[in-house]
Amino acid sequence: MTQILVQSLSGLASAASLFLVAAGLTVIFGVTRIVNFAHGSLYMLGAYIAYSLVTWLPRGHFPFWGGVLAAALAVGLIGVVVEVLVLRRIYKAPELFQLLATFGVVLVVQDVALAVWGAQDLLGPRAPGLRGAVDVMGERFPLYDLVLIAIGGAILLLLWLLFQRSRFGVLVRAATADREMLGALGVNQRRLFTGVFFLGSALAGLAGALQLPRESVNLHMDMAIISEAFVVVVVGGLGSLPGAALAALLIGQMQAFGIVLFPRITLVLVFLVMAVVLVLRPYGLMGRANAAAIVLPPEPPLRALSPKGRAVALAALLLAIALPPFLGDYALVVLSELAIAVLFAASLHFIMGPGGMASFGHAAYFGAGAYAAALLVKHFAAPMELGLLAAPFAAGLLGLVFGWFCVRLSGVYAAMLTLAFAQIAWSTAFQWVEVTGGDNGILGVWPSAWAVPKLAYAYLSLALCLGGALLLRRAIFAPLGYAMRAQRDSPLRAEAIGIDAFRVRWLAFAIAAGFAGLAGAVFAFGKGSVFPTAMAIPRSVDALLMVLLGGVQTVMGPLIGALAYTGLHEQLLRVTQFWRAALGAIIIGLVLFFPRGLAGMGPRA
Amino acid sequence: MLHVEALHAHYGRAHILHGVTLTVHAGQVHVLLGRNGAGKSTTMKAIMGLVPPSAGRVEFLGQDITGREPFEIARAGLGYVPEERRIFAELTVEENLETGRQKPRPGLRPWSVERVYELFPSLVAMRRRPGGRMSGGEQQMLTIGRSLMGNPQLIMLDEPSEGLAPVIVERMAAAIRVLKAEGLSVLLSEQNLFLAQAVSDRASIIERGQIRWTGSMAALMADTAARQAYLSV
Ligand SMILES: Nc1ncnc2c1ncn2[C@@H]1O[C@H](COP(=O)(O)OP(=O)(O)OP(=O)(O)O)[C@@H](O)[C@H]1O
Ligand SMILES: [Mg+2]
Repeated sequence: MTQILVQSLSGLASAASLFLVAAGLTVIFGVTRIVNFAHGSLYMLGAYIAYSLVTWLPRGHFPFWGGVLAAALAVGLIGVVVEVLVLRRIYKAPELFQLLATFGVVLVVQDVALAVWGAQDLLGPRAPGLRGAVDVMGERFPLYDLVLIAIGGAILLLLWLLFQRSRFGVLVRAATADREMLGALGVNQRRLFTGVFFLGSALAGLAGALQLPRESVNLHMDMAIISEAFVVVVVGGLGSLPGAALAALLIGQMQAFGIVLFPRITLVLVFLVMAVVLVLRPYGLMGRANAAAIVLPPEPPLRALSPKGRAVALAALLLAIALPPFLGDYALVVLSELAIAVLFAASLHFIMGPGGMASFGHAAYFGAGAYAAALLVKHFAAPMELGLLAAPFAAGLLGLVFGWFCVRLSGVYAAMLTLAFAQIAWSTAFQWVEVTGGDNGILGVWPSAWAVPKLAYAYLSLALCLGGALLLRRAIFAPLGYAMRAQRDSPLRAEAIGIDAFRVRWLAFAIAAGFAGLAGAVFAFGKGSVFPTAMAIPRSVDALLMVLLGGVQTVMGPLIGALAYTGLHEQLLRVTQFWRAALGAIIIGLVLFFPRGLAGMGPRA
Repeated sequence: MLHVEALHAHYGRAHILHGVTLTVHAGQVHVLLGRNGAGKSTTMKAIMGLVPPSAGRVEFLGQDITGREPFEIARAGLGYVPEERRIFAELTVEENLETGRQKPRPGLRPWSVERVYELFPSLVAMRRRPGGRMSGGEQQMLTIGRSLMGNPQLIMLDEPSEGLAPVIVERMAAAIRVLKAEGLSVLLSEQNLFLAQAVSDRASIIERGQIRWTGSMAALMADTAARQAYLSV
């Protein structure tokens, strides 16, 4: 009994932090319709800045709490800077590009934090006077966590008052419902957006700063919290503050009891809850439908390549076949990575372009293929050939399972659900140490003897990946491809001519997953190892970037995008240690200067 | 007061307004008549900057407001009451009014929540009710009141009689007369000739994105041919 009480108290403490982060995220989304990936980075900055302030100031109550508060305000101002410099210019851009721009901010903040605070974990001081534990019916409970619960409650109350009683709050709620109308009433939305960004960012900063006495500050805080905050916001309903509070409570309790009851799968559990909620209530517990649509860039009809384009493509293919014998080992490895990137991008493009669905978790299937192959080799001593053969089926199967949920939703919710499923896959790889080796990965995933030489492996990669990409291309112009485009462009008419949109989308999703899995397996044998990063968020973003860079609605898009992106990545790695910041800045720049879509840069194929 | 010159507007590729020219004089009620889909709402949205004009000019109180942002146009003194009313459904009546509140304008008696209640007494009893739980007529009153809170010098009312019972339409007519007596100018869009006739000084008829007829309301009532050509269904 007491154990339950203590667990639920500790659940409340996590709920308090989660709520602070999620509240800002959901309010920002409600008003600006931007899904802010960088919100987790602001949380991380809050923790780092608080660390610096609190260790620099003398010890004591006032310096500690003053430092926490100052960190929150500083992060609020950083949020305003991001809003004014980046987001303000792209409010009219398609949501996907906005999301990418905020991911660019994530990368920049990562490197800034690395440069300023270094790579090692930092342990902050405990809160003065709150070091001990209290006695809760015979069980010990950290005093600081009680304070955290109280702070969470107080902030909830303050926010409620702000939103119900102040003009700012009324305008924020009005803007969440219909911001265009609010503009026609004379309200300057820019001011409102900036205000909301300050508030949301300061809350995230506060949440980060308050973590200081609880855990070490490190560079992984941003991705860890953002995926949880997404879950809370989506479960609560995008844009709904009461929803965020409710969902934070729910998720906080889930985590607290999950650790006791299912210690191995706590992470998975959280995302599973989100999946279930979204299937039962597609707009979250308290959300509304109006926040849904993701606008993909405009879609000209897809045409097969012109004879000239065909000739160029053929020449490139011949070059790729003829060149390898003249390349060194390093260049051969790069060539093989390029081929993998092309297939990975082509598989995402398959559902995004012709299918009209956005996936934010495509890495799940890449990783599934990689792990399937590696596990076969590791635990069953299977040869490479079997691994390569099994990988697409394993990933395709996973795509069937996850896709069954994902393809029912659209817009931001679909994007978030695909992300959640990818996080489930990632957490499984990360937490199921006996099987996957956890963070240490699986080593010794080497190709069969004949494919060990770099030249042979480069040819194998080219054959499998380009072959896969060509098959996908064929599928676009096959009946399935026509059905996909029909349901994308006009769901009603497609239904009228007997196209079962759900099945078409589901099948397409699974096929794309399968080919991503093949790319993943080729990747695994090329590296000789697999780590959970193969299915982490950044890899999903890689795929999105490649597709958007090449153009969603062009046949050659994924090829061009994959080559450009991989090339850029290689170059940046070579010239600077801060390649993340450079990449982030380039992403932001691209979105700022080509807000109508990166494909708008060149002629459409 | 408001002068629209050769205004063009598009929705995507669809060319909707083909050079609308229109003048609303100070202190007058000007009605824009036209069949379904003639372009009445689009004209108002283009004036308000909600649909960016692709060519032409909008002048208000001597300033060129073409292509400005809606919030700037509203602050210049142009009120807009959309056809769909666009009440904030989760906000109470009082909060809805608050969203429209802007600074007082020199030389004009400022609008307040109390003055809106004076104009529409039936709103008083529901000041704490969410806008989404009101009848169509009540919402229409609220949306007009909300725009008045911005102290406009000219208010555009897009089909305020749509879907309302005749009794309520008469109340709308009375309210419009009060506004006119206050010195407000009104641009009214209507299909309901009864309401138009009851309040308007001047009328324009729009068809397929062009003004086909302009004159005094009395002249329109006398011109059976014009009414038959452009208005009768
Ligand atoms: N959002 C939109 N996108 C595309 N076309 C539109 C849109 N809104 C209106 N239209 C088209 O523009 C034309 C003019 O519409 P508008 O709403 O201005 O007419 P209206 O005179 O206000 O009609 P009603 O009396 O029905 O309100 C119509 O043909 C309509 O179909
Ligand atoms: Mg209309």
